[in-house]
Amino acid sequence: MEAFTVHEGLCAALSRNDVDTDQIIPKQFLKRTDRDSYGDAGFFSWRYDEAGNPRADFQLNDPAYQGASILVTGNNFGCGSSREHAVWALTGMGFRAVIAPSFADIFAANSLQNGFLPVQLSPTLVAQLRERAERRDGYRLAIDLRDQQVRDGGGVIAEFVIDPFWRECLLSGRDPIAMALSREEGIAAFEATRPRWSPRTTTAGLFS
Amino acid sequence: MISQMSPGTPRTAYRKIWESHIASGDPDSRALMYIDLHLVHEVTSAQAFNGLRAEGRRVRRPDLTLAVMDHTVPTWERSRPTPDPIAAEQLRQLAENCRAAEVPLLDLHHRRQGIVHVIGPELGLIQPGMTVVCGDSHTSTLGAFGALAFGIGTSEVEQVLATQSLWQAPATTLEIRVDGELPIGVTAKDMALAIIGRVGVAGAQGTVVEYRGSAVRALSMEGRLTLCNLTIEAGARAGLVSADQTTVNYLAGRAASPTGAEFELAAAAWRSYATDEGAEFDRTVVIDAAELVPHVTWGTNPGMVAQVTGRIPRLSDFHTELERQQAVRALDYMGLSEGTAIEEISVDRVFIGSCTNGRLEDLREAAAIAAGGRVHSTVRAMVVPGSQTVKRAAEAEGLDRIFTQAGFEWREPGCSMCLGMNPDVLGSGERCASTSNRNFEGRQGAGGRTHLVSPSMAAAAALHGHFVDVRQLHRAPLAPVG
Repeated sequence: MEAFTVHEGLCAALSRNDVDTDQIIPKQFLKRTDRDSYGDAGFFSWRYDEAGNPRADFQLNDPAYQGASILVTGNNFGCGSSREHAVWALTGMGFRAVIAPSFADIFAANSLQNGFLPVQLSPTLVAQLRERAERRDGYRLAIDLRDQQVRDGGGVIAEFVIDPFWRECLLSGRDPIAMALSREEGIAAFEATRPRWSPRTTTAGLFS
Repeated sequence: MISQMSPGTPRTAYRKIWESHIASGDPDSRALMYIDLHLVHEVTSAQAFNGLRAEGRRVRRPDLTLAVMDHTVPTWERSRPTPDPIAAEQLRQLAENCRAAEVPLLDLHHRRQGIVHVIGPELGLIQPGMTVVCGDSHTSTLGAFGALAFGIGTSEVEQVLATQSLWQAPATTLEIRVDGELPIGVTAKDMALAIIGRVGVAGAQGTVVEYRGSAVRALSMEGRLTLCNLTIEAGARAGLVSADQTTVNYLAGRAASPTGAEFELAAAAWRSYATDEGAEFDRTVVIDAAELVPHVTWGTNPGMVAQVTGRIPRLSDFHTELERQQAVRALDYMGLSEGTAIEEISVDRVFIGSCTNGRLEDLREAAAIAAGGRVHSTVRAMVVPGSQTVKRAAEAEGLDRIFTQAGFEWREPGCSMCLGMNPDVLGSGERCASTSNRNFEGRQGAGGRTHLVSPSMAAAAALHGHFVDVRQLHRAPLAPVG
């Protein structure tokens, strides 16, 4: 997986609560079978009008946010559908981290799997950061996973909490699947304890 | 899964399932959790299979994996090739991936095809105490069996294919207790919408919900599936109902259920996963079933919900600036004004189906309202059974004829207009009474306006052309309309 140690970049504000993954990547783009073609499709209906032109009233279309790599948004970001395409859209748009008061659980898990860092801070602090980004004057932050700090030009703003398992995976770029495969003994031992009547999908006549 | 839980400190069903599925690691921090069943569909699996191939990994347990085509399949004229070439290619890749990995697949012509969350229960594949995952957030549905069932992303689909396990941290627990008796005309869907309205769309984040109380116990398995289905809309990781006699009765005689003496053994094991008397939850919410009424969403998330006899809130009812702006945007998108009475809202389309409300009991509930009536002249209404099995059963009892005689379309099973990945979509500005689960912007079609309701409320809206309180129709038999 993609490693994450420290990232410094321009902040863009998306000043909304409950941004759902249907908005981050609408359904018509979920028929593709790749992981890296979603950047242009991110926030499609909010971002473009019917003729395909960028909507001036959508925050992320603001030229001041050109090149932004840290998204600062509202509560419950990424709620709804489990589609990992939402994370692929955000990374495709150039984002490396998102700061919010809270994240939907599946979205947060998908983000970590892709080395895209969800940083949870207090609602008050996120509101302050959003206001700074809303000034559109090039507000930048550094997010350091090593010491779990968020810093700006004035110094340390906050420390954030992250699951130690994911911190380790992200810092080292270690693959969770490889880590699970290395526990083969435990998996096999567990399988030996499963009752005989546990359902199997290959049982003859199951689908008759 | 172990054969039977041993007694000890009172534990919740969630904690029992979690502790009994640890293949490696510490149950109090992070551990590798074994997955008993992995359900797969076309939209979230191709990249996972590609990832396996790239790493030279194999599917560890095809016999604990089942794939089905549901999200993009047409619900009309299925004998023809899938009209969308990109969707067709995605379906082709699923078939090829399943063939190569020897994963059983219910393709769009299979007699057991249906929505992934509908077919598992029908087959008896979901049993109490199991861990079940699928690359789909509405996997929470399957918690109705007292199983731990939740949605995952594609990277995790890849991990489960490769290792039959997932890295998980323990969740907190939220007890939602609904005591008393549901009034006539009020359904599991209304119970769920009322809960989301109360708890909020982020209110259950990080928790596994357990639904308890006499009103939950009184629900059929189908009602419990509806209730657990919508748990994700309150932000929870999963929702479940501890196994009881209703669960055991449902599983008896199912294709994947054990038989004879083994069934008795299994049933005892299933019951042992139920929450112990005296087990503690991190939080509790209590709801009085007798006070519940039919609910209708008015906005662009399932927490924006009102009683059918009520009104859309006033903007002054919202406390923070972001919440107020969110309501302004929602009303603008929905083409509605603050304070409007719900029963004054007219609809153009009606959709009855989905993993939330596409089972036989849901169709019976809608048909009871539709019988002898006529879909309003300005409304187009469709019924999409949740599976081929549901469709056959409904046709055997004549529900299809009730619907078609009333002017509803009777279609082939699939996710259909719940998320509009097939040709079933709303046009821009069209307003729909929908039995599905999400009223997000554009979910049912770009510019489409979704109101979530129960099957009987949807059928009633189809006949009247606007929302009506279905409890009135239950008191007096429906007069012929139109």
